Amino acid sequence: MALLEVKDLKVRVEEREILHGLTLTVNEGEVHAIMGPNGSGKSTLSHVIAGKPGYEVTDGQIFFKGEDLLEMSPDERAAKGVFLAFQYPVEIPGVATMTFLRTALNAQRKARGESEYSTPDFLKKVREVSKSLNIPQDMLKRGVNVGFSGGEKKRNEVLQMALFEPSLCILDEMDSGLDIDALRIAADGVNALRSPKRAMVVITHYQRLLNYIVPDVVHVMSKGRVVKSGGKDLALELEASGYAQFEDAA
Amino acid sequence: MPAVQETVERVKRIDVDQYRYGFETLIESEKAPKGLSEEIVKFISQKKNEPAWMLQWRLEAYRRWLTMQEPTWARVDYPKIDFQDLYYYAAPKPKKTVTSLDEIDPEILKTYEKLGIPLREVAMLEGVEPKVGEEDPARRKIAVDAVFDSVSVATTFKAELKKAGVIFMPISEAIREHPELVQKYLGSVVPTSDNFYATLNSAVFSDGSFVYVPPGVRCPMELSTYFRINERNTGQFERTLIIADKGSYVSYLEGCTAPQRDENQLHAAVVELVALDDAEIKYSTVQNWYPGNSEGKGGIYNFVTKRGDCRGANSKISWTQVETGSAITWKYPSCILRGDNSRGEFYSIAISNGFQQVDSGTKMIHLGKNTSSRIISKGIAAGKSQNTYRGLVTAHRKALGARNFTACDSLLIGDKCGAHTVPYIEAKNSSATFEHEATTSKISEDVLFYCIQRGLSQEEAVGLVVNGFVKDVLQQLPMEFAVEAQKLISISLEGSVG
Repeated sequence: MALLEVKDLKVRVEEREILHGLTLTVNEGEVHAIMGPNGSGKSTLSHVIAGKPGYEVTDGQIFFKGEDLLEMSPDERAAKGVFLAFQYPVEIPGVATMTFLRTALNAQRKARGESEYSTPDFLKKVREVSKSLNIPQDMLKRGVNVGFSGGEKKRNEVLQMALFEPSLCILDEMDSGLDIDALRIAADGVNALRSPKRAMVVITHYQRLLNYIVPDVVHVMSKGRVVKSGGKDLALELEASGYAQFEDAA
Repeated sequence: MPAVQETVERVKRIDVDQYRYGFETLIESEKAPKGLSEEIVKFISQKKNEPAWMLQWRLEAYRRWLTMQEPTWARVDYPKIDFQDLYYYAAPKPKKTVTSLDEIDPEILKTYEKLGIPLREVAMLEGVEPKVGEEDPARRKIAVDAVFDSVSVATTFKAELKKAGVIFMPISEAIREHPELVQKYLGSVVPTSDNFYATLNSAVFSDGSFVYVPPGVRCPMELSTYFRINERNTGQFERTLIIADKGSYVSYLEGCTAPQRDENQLHAAVVELVALDDAEIKYSTVQNWYPGNSEGKGGIYNFVTKRGDCRGANSKISWTQVETGSAITWKYPSCILRGDNSRGEFYSIAISNGFQQVDSGTKMIHLGKNTSSRIISKGIAAGKSQNTYRGLVTAHRKALGARNFTACDSLLIGDKCGAHTVPYIEAKNSSATFEHEATTSKISEDVLFYCIQRGLSQEEAVGLVVNGFVKDVLQQLPMEFAVEAQKLISISLEGSVG
């Protein structure tokens, strides 16, 4: 079943059109990779799906679980199961990671009409999840991402993904700023979350990440459109021949 | 953090125009006629059955006041106050002398209930004490000296405090019962001639709290006063005097709310703290008086003089304040570091929204040797408000080895507000070490979006980020107050974004 359907999406930022009619369908249980050169519109797509302010959708539609996503506020989208793992997770000084996780999780549960977690239940859950991701308890006491290394920041994103259990995970350039060991740890965390009910959209510049998170479908974006889609081998092909061939196709 | 959830629930129910504490209690009050004259000063003094020396003191202040000018240096703007158009005394009509909770006007109790204050304090008021061995250490005791309009209605826990030798009573009573202490210390920190508003207060102060902690005594509970301005057009002139004798310790909490009004209300309180050798006073304030409506109409004018005197060696005075209310705030809780090795602290959160104007800060006056002070100020400006930190750090030429650390952080929400930092630093000897740090930042769209993407609403996100920003100061508050303050911060910033 189609989880996410993007239809002929046109998006402007300050009078400049970035996406010129993008179409993409992601089914439950699938992992899609979106590749493309700088400025092709990859991050714009992820921001528009998550509802970041500053983007104007001039045409097209986005359906999530059959509902019109563009009608929902960003926090409603989060509660419905849209999760964006940020390329550069922000720091929130003075707010303990644990506090942040609990506030966010309970806000989502409340929006869905579910009961909020009690303190002991929440602590139990967060301990389980952080243990499976090798995240020390100590890190949860620190301010959100404050003084975290690049690897810790990305692990914190994966931790939230595991905790909130979204049905759609968008990973925006997860590999940026990570060395190979940190990348492997983060990718292992993501792989553990693959499930038949959950879809992932992995946005990346390089094929390298896809050695660790192996996609079912690869899309190539250029100049605001998807110009080619294929299996995981397409990524390898790109790595060998570069993006130049697609610049003309767009 | 359940407090955040709760806050958001509350925030949803109110907006700037629906000030939560805007209600009026229907009790009869006894007022002096409008205006100020020697007759009125005499009337007030008479109402209080004051001794002659007290009346003399008031009259001298009044005559002095007539010669003084309102200060204009603060960065606040308001129409001229007609001091003859205000009432200077209002008191709930006493049925009889109150000795227990049952005797307090039920209307007044209801007021406290509406304020959301009660439960823990009401339990205290009712004398519900945990049985021996069952005491929950987290629920420290709080004694409440309730000031309703101008008269202290009930003073609790007197007995237990008395056992410890602590005197905690309305200052009007202290004037009659402990004249030697009052005469010795009243006006010794803030003299009657200090400034326009302090002098006015000296002439007409109606009531307030008096605390005396004897030598070597650690006050067995937090002392607390809830102020509430109730009578229309009544200037509120509280007078508080706290004395910590040698080697003693006391923590005092002050919290305020006022009902919604169209007319501006003047509040000019004076608080004096005296710490003798090795004594420590911790004074915490949560202030959420009516800030005016969304057009900037109404609201309290809060012109307060608060000063502590570290009179003895090794003494310590610590001010902690969370200021979210009032249309105009003019307030500089200060420390005179007179005793050698004495220490002064000032922790402040000042939040302004709507059309509020805040000009607040502190003065650390180093006179003794090896004195130290610390200032942590967090200013948050939202809406169309103006938020100024004004601070003075000064070292006398004999204050050898004086040290100060100051950190002033300002956070701006939106682009129509202003944050200003005005530090005055004077070192008159070369051994003083003064450090000053200041930052100004805007609440970042990226941070808000990150929180919202995780499921928080806009208000929740702002509340969370701001509570993080002020965390260092919140930690200085007694636990009971910290929770209240945290909620208050989120409530006051409602509608500040988007």
